[in-house]
Amino acid sequence: MMKKIIVILITTFTLVANVYAGSDGELILKKNEPSEIKDCSETFNKASFALNQGLDKIIFKPVSSVYRVLPSPVKTGVSNSLNNLSNVVTIPNNILQGEFALAGVNTGRFLINTTVGILGLIDVATYLGFTEYVKEDYGQSLASHGVGPGCYLVLPVLGPSTARDTIASLTNFVGGDAWYNVTVRNDTNYFKDVDYYASKITAGVDFRAKNFDSIENLEKNSLDFYASVKSLYLQDRQQRILNSKKIIETQNDSDWEEIETQ
Amino acid sequence: MMKRKLLTFLIVFFSISSVALSIEPDVFVQSTVNRASKLLGEDISKDQKIEKLKLIAKETVDIKGIGFYTLGVKRKSLSGDEKERYSKLFEEYFLKSFSSRLAEYTNPEIDVTNKEKLNDSYTIVNSVLKATKERPEINIDWRIYTKNPNNPLIRDLIIEGLSLARTQKEEFASVLSSNENDIQALFKVLKEFSSN
Repeated sequence: MMKKIIVILITTFTLVANVYAGSDGELILKKNEPSEIKDCSETFNKASFALNQGLDKIIFKPVSSVYRVLPSPVKTGVSNSLNNLSNVVTIPNNILQGEFALAGVNTGRFLINTTVGILGLIDVATYLGFTEYVKEDYGQSLASHGVGPGCYLVLPVLGPSTARDTIASLTNFVGGDAWYNVTVRNDTNYFKDVDYYASKITAGVDFRAKNFDSIENLEKNSLDFYASVKSLYLQDRQQRILNSKKIIETQNDSDWEEIETQ
Repeated sequence: MMKRKLLTFLIVFFSISSVALSIEPDVFVQSTVNRASKLLGEDISKDQKIEKLKLIAKETVDIKGIGFYTLGVKRKSLSGDEKERYSKLFEEYFLKSFSSRLAEYTNPEIDVTNKEKLNDSYTIVNSVLKATKERPEINIDWRIYTKNPNNPLIRDLIIEGLSLARTQKEEFASVLSSNENDIQALFKVLKEFSSN
């Protein structure tokens, strides 16, 4: 099974990656256009999607339905703490993307929130007027340098991804994620493996709880839930790569132009 | 002289009435949202809410336009009869999907914050759905079709940057591609959805 995933990843990545291409916004936009990203291993992806739906039904949905009724300060604290922890991946990626000033801001945010904010539970930096925190990862850094997404993938347990983003995420396990280094790789004696996995599971539950109604609603009202999730994931990725939530920057307006009803 | 006076009067009259009748997209969105919000807060059954929401949607959403956008390039190969049948089935599907999604909310508070005119046909109106205990604040942008400024219509809802019309378009494309691009298969799926 693992071998199959690796073969799919390497093949699709080699076929579609285009590292030397220019990296201006328009080209990046085009490369990451959701409708252009191929679902090369649809059978595997759909099987994986079904497995994830099963896991959601028996684990994530029940747990997040309990989590979402916890008092707001508890949920906010957990969410803040997870965001703070993600800075250790965001900061190196700010640098890889040439955003040095932002790397500085995020380093300041991390230091303040970890100390004054009691291990990130309180987002003191935002109170102090720091700019809105935006997560970055190694997939986004590769994309910003012109690497195409490759094929769409649905990973067992981890969910939707692309060949580029899956391969890039391996960087986390070879030194690119300081939190992984101090927990699983045991660079220090202060943390254990379980801390890392617990943080990842909590992040999954936190995401599921925040989007509880939206996911239920989408599933109930979709003609093809798999296609809906794929579309939403790829649209979201495109925006994150472009660092834009503006629809006019991420959507081709000509799609609408020829439809006239007035 | 009389003729010239009459002509001037008519020009002024029509320019004033056209200004008076045209509705600004942001005002249109806020008033639509207020209508829906008021309805959702009413003490009536969910089914009654759904029926009333359908009426609001029929007046304010360009269902036919969204339908053709959603169909993508396939719309170009449909016959007149097929287009008519599709529009009918799409409207039933859309109204059911749209109203049952909205009916889940109770008294949502949405504030229009800004607008950006893209061209004569489109304006994007930005708004914020206020946070509740269960969920954080959500940004909602509205693609308003303004070809006829006197009758603006909603063509898309963009929630946190994710377009509903675009998602629906890719969903329909998936249904078509897994059924050898047969429009009859899409008709069947739409009909099943609406009758369930």
